[in-house]
Amino acid sequence: MADEVVLLDFWPSMFGMRVRVALAEKGIKYESKEDDLWNKSDLLLKMNPVHKKIPVLIHNGKPVCESLIIVQYIDEVWNDKSPLLPSDPYHRAHAKFWADFVDQKVYGPARKLWAINGEEQEAAKKDFLEIYKTLERELGDKPYFGGEKFGLVDIALITFYSWFYVYETFGKFNMETECPKIIAWAKRCMQKESVAKSLPDQKKIYESVLDLRKIRGLE
Amino acid sequence: MGEVKLIATTQSLFCTRVEWALKLKGVEYEYIEEDLRNKSPLLLEYNPVHKKVPVLVHHGKPIAESLPILEYIDETWKENPLLAEDPYQRTKARFWAQFVGDKCVFGAFEAACLAEGEEKMKAIESAQESLAFLEKQIEGKKYFGGEEIGFLDLAAGWIPHWLNVMEEAGGMKLLDAEKFPSLHEWAQNFIQIPLIRECIPPRDKLLEYFNASISYMRSLATS
Repeated sequence: MADEVVLLDFWPSMFGMRVRVALAEKGIKYESKEDDLWNKSDLLLKMNPVHKKIPVLIHNGKPVCESLIIVQYIDEVWNDKSPLLPSDPYHRAHAKFWADFVDQKVYGPARKLWAINGEEQEAAKKDFLEIYKTLERELGDKPYFGGEKFGLVDIALITFYSWFYVYETFGKFNMETECPKIIAWAKRCMQKESVAKSLPDQKKIYESVLDLRKIRGLE
Repeated sequence: MGEVKLIATTQSLFCTRVEWALKLKGVEYEYIEEDLRNKSPLLLEYNPVHKKVPVLVHHGKPIAESLPILEYIDETWKENPLLAEDPYQRTKARFWAQFVGDKCVFGAFEAACLAEGEEKMKAIESAQESLAFLEKQIEGKKYFGGEEIGFLDLAAGWIPHWLNVMEEAGGMKLLDAEKFPSLHEWAQNFIQIPLIRECIPPRDKLLEYFNASISYMRSLATS
């Protein structure tokens, strides 16, 4: 019986992008359904009644929610190629710790860089750069967060790269200057087909944010 | 299997769930009590990123964040498995553990910290909505893990004891036995298990701790 894989997604979502990357890494064929976050579909509300958020992976009719949980699920089910997590327990725990760190820390300040104006935005910029510098230290001189291989932590973080033009423009800073190793790492990840085809163009994201800011009365 | 240390505090529900996992697997470990008001060089060395407990140290290597620690323990010591073999069941357990282990804890604490009023009522309602999801998950089962306790039981294990004390300190009732009969029954069964019971902090000390935390949070709100 062929696997039926459906992804409920929203094109600029960095969380949706993580799942796209994982599916591409494993070469999994799937149907993508775009959800309108201002008018959530019945399917989304049925498949994710707890959080009512995308992404949701529906595998043979059964839903999996929360992007990093979905990525781990994909890794465990399609375990015949491109492992996304290391095989030894210590390095797996280490990867989960850092993926968790990205999840807990990056989104909040990142969002404040473009969604608000004023003092709070300045504070968010400081937090954002501090968090990225911590990540840069963790990366060190490794090609990927997982070492030689692209993995869970890389997937968790790389999707924010598609939003960098937004963050730099509204936050008024340059990531190449602030975190050169992160930029080098990001460009390395973008050379992978699975990443390049899963992340929208930075300018496209910027344009959609401009529209959003207008709606919110920030422009 | 190598030296195991656990850096923890007695009151922390995040730490106790790790102790439960270690005891369930029959792992010998050294318990190191941390004073969070005066963090030790050991903690700062082993968890420089968050500077929080619990931290498990195995073969001199640290692991932080309670849910990754539980998975590490499960993968390293094979007795009494916490997670199922089937990927979908494992994933369901992870999803609910993240929900009940994080969102619900802070939701309950937030409700406890609010003084009487409309905001508190809304927070209680929101926390109860979360419990309603859990009620559905436990319906018809003895434990979240089935006949034996598992990953999700440990993640939800704060409910029978810590939630109970938070309710008293915060002047609220969340785990209503009439609204959530299955969850209530699970809580009673879970806390009776000897190895679970022997790790929980004494009620009076926990109440003191929550009374102090809640007073402090309420004072911040009015200042």
